[in-house]
Amino acid sequence: MELRLENLTKIFTNKNGQETKAVDSLDITIESGTLVGLLGPSGCGKSTTLFMIAGLVKPTTGKIFFGDDDVTKLAPEKRGIGLVFQNYALYPHMTVFKNIIFPLENMDVPRDEAFERVKEMANLVGIGELLDRKPSQLSGGQQQRVAIARALVKKPRVLLLDEPLSNLDARLRLQMREEIKRIQRETGITTIFVTHDQEEAMSISDKMVVLDFGKEQQYDAPQDMYNSPDNLFVAKFLGNPPINSFEAEVKNKKLIINEKTFMEVNMSDGLYDVGMRPENFRVKKDGFETKVKEIFHIGRDTMIHFDFNGKNVRALVDSDSIKDSQKTVNLSIKKERVYLFDKQTGKVVNHG
Amino acid sequence: MVNLIKNVKRFLIKIGNVIKNIFWNIRRILNNYKCRISNYLDKKHLNPAGKFPGWAKALLYLSPALVVLLIFTFWPIINSFALVVYENYNMSNNTITGYTLFGNFIRVLTDESFIVPASHTASSAVINTLIIVFISVPISIFLALAISVALNSIKPLKSFFQTIYFLPYVTNTIAIGLVFAYMFKTDGGLVNEFLNFFGIQTDGLSWVESNAVYWRSMFVLIFYSIWASLAFKIMVFLTSIQGIDKQYYQAAAIDATPKGRIFSKITVPLISPMIFYITVTSVIGAFKIYNAIVALFGVTGAPPGVSYNLQSIVMYIYQFIDGSNAGNLSVAAAGSLILFAIILVLTIVQMQVSKKRVHY
Repeated sequence: MELRLENLTKIFTNKNGQETKAVDSLDITIESGTLVGLLGPSGCGKSTTLFMIAGLVKPTTGKIFFGDDDVTKLAPEKRGIGLVFQNYALYPHMTVFKNIIFPLENMDVPRDEAFERVKEMANLVGIGELLDRKPSQLSGGQQQRVAIARALVKKPRVLLLDEPLSNLDARLRLQMREEIKRIQRETGITTIFVTHDQEEAMSISDKMVVLDFGKEQQYDAPQDMYNSPDNLFVAKFLGNPPINSFEAEVKNKKLIINEKTFMEVNMSDGLYDVGMRPENFRVKKDGFETKVKEIFHIGRDTMIHFDFNGKNVRALVDSDSIKDSQKTVNLSIKKERVYLFDKQTGKVVNHG
Repeated sequence: MVNLIKNVKRFLIKIGNVIKNIFWNIRRILNNYKCRISNYLDKKHLNPAGKFPGWAKALLYLSPALVVLLIFTFWPIINSFALVVYENYNMSNNTITGYTLFGNFIRVLTDESFIVPASHTASSAVINTLIIVFISVPISIFLALAISVALNSIKPLKSFFQTIYFLPYVTNTIAIGLVFAYMFKTDGGLVNEFLNFFGIQTDGLSWVESNAVYWRSMFVLIFYSIWASLAFKIMVFLTSIQGIDKQYYQAAAIDATPKGRIFSKITVPLISPMIFYITVTSVIGAFKIYNAIVALFGVTGAPPGVSYNLQSIVMYIYQFIDGSNAGNLSVAAAGSLILFAIILVLTIVQMQVSKKRVHY
């Protein structure tokens, strides 16, 4: 089912009458059956957006559509959503089975069918043999699965996940990521996934929305967003190690770095913010020569530090391509991997 | 003007800082001396901290409370076991006629107005107490639960209502009893006036005065004890309800759970340890009921001119201290031990029942 947010805004007012725009006129359409990641730094309004979709928070203005139904004014229980909380909110006094069947007890479902559905869901998320346990007797990953099963058992129209992996250890996180993706594929349910972890969002989402201060920055497929960010914020937010950004001047269609011509660009003259991802650099004989500040070996890659226009820049290159004793290095980067951003608006003005 | 305020503010901050500095320096000097003393003691191998085990220190700090408890709690408990074997103990001249193992217990159990109603009365201490316990405790717990859930869900004037419901707790029991007695007066009492207002004939309807029927005075007593005990229960329930994670309610709301089910399936199980605690303590408290009866009906425990008695077990025991049977402490001790046994058995039963129902 398609989910549409129209001009969605939430303003919180504190005791002193100070207003905070948590979510700022969001316009997003989420296609049916896709898994969309809501990504942003903490405090950017992503959880507020999710809770507005769930109906737990009332939007100040704007509308929410599930398919063709306007659900903005609808109470949460009438929206037909499944929500997985950050700390799972499993009822501690009920067994896993009772936790999962709880939503069905409030619906018009025959008892046999309810039991069937609980078993089916438990097997889908892989906790079929844990139904008699209490949540406190489960590991974090198992609790997570129970929470997902409880959200899915009533066959919701939309599944909402609020930072579901943040309480798990790193290894389990990787595993649950794939699990969530698999469960979503198997059920084909429209899913929204809130996270602050860009790597997590990129690996799990079909499309993702990057938010900053409640404003939508970009809405695109993860790889497209990575390769062609709309603005400096998105470029900086995605990628680890983060993108190198520094100021550079364009003179006579030439990008000047360290008082030398770095490359030719088809831009008008002026100052720009330049972004280059560390992993896009290659060591090449005919490349741009620069002094090496430091070299770090990290496993299969080597990190080189050097200065571009006074800013420390990192390049991630193949270990074999550089020696420790080298004082200078010749680096090249593909033209379409150099991003120029407007100094005022931060919008991308050129890539490729 | 603005400048003046600014200067005054700056001046006050300066004074504040000076005072804070003084306290800081006092602490510094004291710490310095403490360090020096302990260093000196360490050097001479005199430091008491190393010489005594940890529990000795704990005992030292606990001793004031322990002394009081020993004199006023532990000694009477031990003493009552001693008293119970004396035959015909007389407190005034401290004499006994012999020793007996079960004599005093048998005397209490067969005494008229303890279990068996006396010939001239219609009820006994045990019957009265059991009626009060098994009616007032469940009702007050259910009422307290309902009120605390309601209090938790209202937004405007929340603290005002919480104060109102908490007021009985800080009010003197005897004072409340007197007010109740006044409210239930036969002539011009608030309750009779109220009933009159709705057209119910109350000519000389007596609640707590002469010729009141047993169940009418019992009703007033139960009403009173429920009301007086409600405040503490509401406070405990309200705090534990406020401690429940909001996400459980959000999750339940998303699953379209009706209000009643949220209450019975989420709120009650999650505060069940507190409900259990309140049940145990209020059953014990209700068994010990004394001042409520005195406040309403006086030390005789009965409205004037009636053929029954509203005496409780504790009142029965107290009559051996200053009452019709003053001085026979052995019987009083036997009565207390019987009360203790009843409460012990009931508490064990409650703990067994709670094992399945209480979720920690």
